[in-house]
Amino acid sequence: MAEWEPKILAFLCNWCSYGAADLAGVSRLKQPPNIRIIRIPCSGRMNPKFILQALRKGADGVWVSGCHPGDCHYIEGNYYARRKFALFKNLLEYVGIEPERLHFSWISSAEATKFAAVAKDVVESVKKVGPSSRLIKREAEVE
Amino acid sequence: MFDYTEKIREIARRLLQEKKVDGIIGFKKGTIPMMNQPVFITSPDRVELLHWDSWCGVNLANYLPKREGRIGIVAKGCDTRSIVVLSQENQVQRDQLYIIGVPCRGMLDRRKVWEVVGSADVKGIEEGNGKVRVWGNGFDLKLERSELLQNNCVICVHRNPVVFDELVADEVEEQSVDRYEDIRNIEAMSSDEKWNLFQEIFSRCIRCYACRNACPFCYCPQCFVDESRPQWVGKTIDRTDTLTFHLLRAFHMAGRCTDCGACERACPVGIPVRLLTKKLEKDVKELYGYEAGVQLDERPPLDTYKPDDPEDFIK
Repeated sequence: MAEWEPKILAFLCNWCSYGAADLAGVSRLKQPPNIRIIRIPCSGRMNPKFILQALRKGADGVWVSGCHPGDCHYIEGNYYARRKFALFKNLLEYVGIEPERLHFSWISSAEATKFAAVAKDVVESVKKVGPSSRLIKREAEVE
Repeated sequence: MFDYTEKIREIARRLLQEKKVDGIIGFKKGTIPMMNQPVFITSPDRVELLHWDSWCGVNLANYLPKREGRIGIVAKGCDTRSIVVLSQENQVQRDQLYIIGVPCRGMLDRRKVWEVVGSADVKGIEEGNGKVRVWGNGFDLKLERSELLQNNCVICVHRNPVVFDELVADEVEEQSVDRYEDIRNIEAMSSDEKWNLFQEIFSRCIRCYACRNACPFCYCPQCFVDESRPQWVGKTIDRTDTLTFHLLRAFHMAGRCTDCGACERACPVGIPVRLLTKKLEKDVKELYGYEAGVQLDERPPLDTYKPDDPEDFIK
């Protein structure tokens, strides 16, 4: 069997980190292929439900990235996001989700090299803890 | 604490006679021991129903959201903090309320009495001088009051009402206790230990949502557990679904929970759900220096920010 590769879901803000991902792509920077990107309008749009849903559906790691503080397109969305993330990350760790699965970063649209570096970092970190087994919904969904 | 009853009736009668309020939310004596029930009184000749003893744990602020008119409410320390949060969130206006503040020495937990008496029926219970006498068929016991306190009351640091229009008695002495010992013990565990611990704790959950319904802050017209398309939370008692529900419910309480213990009191299977809300309370306090329901003019912590908030977890 081939070596296990993690699936990582990345929520990237439209104005900064998604631009950075784009730039990293067109600049042909080398980066691991484990990241699946979902574009969100702002890191402030992130809802803890999204992170839970990702883990529930079997993502091995979740990465949320937005604009640097002070650079938010909507002026202050990432400041609110920062408080939500801090509390939610602590809460998930508190119930036993491995801290290595959750990642947050600030990456501006010019920082393609930072994007590639953080992507590599995230993948390595998730690889260290192996396939996700917690919080995955294994039984049939009931609508 | 029992002379409170007379004082509460007196205030209620005066408010209703002078038409200062349209109604009073308080407690009346329950039909069985250890259970008092909330009552809404609108006429002065019914104030004799009002009652107060150590079994008034229910958080009456739960009856406030979106209520109209002028309301008198009997409120303990934790209830007044809930009122503060509700008025910050515009669910009720402070000037609509006449708060009859009750300095509280802690409410008692019927489960702790049952632990002592077993399956026997409790026929009656009374207290005085720090002792509680409980009797029924074939037993008559004297117990220490301090050992029957609700868990949240043991570590309460706001026994006196934080806002009130009138107090029924002199303020009681506040405790200085370490609120977070159990939280720190869990934090020190490994991920595996934590996971197993919470799996065990929540495996009992039957998804009755009593914890949600008892909470004064769960007033959304549509709860996230009832949403479909997208359905964020599974509806089964599968362990993932149960934990997802409890995580989200707790997270909704971040920076709002006043640790009134309503959720734990309501839980029919005795899950210590406060372990999650207290963790959030601790983090909010440590990260943002905020304590819920103490200052009327402050914004809740997730509704505001500081440019230099801690961010050492962000790359």
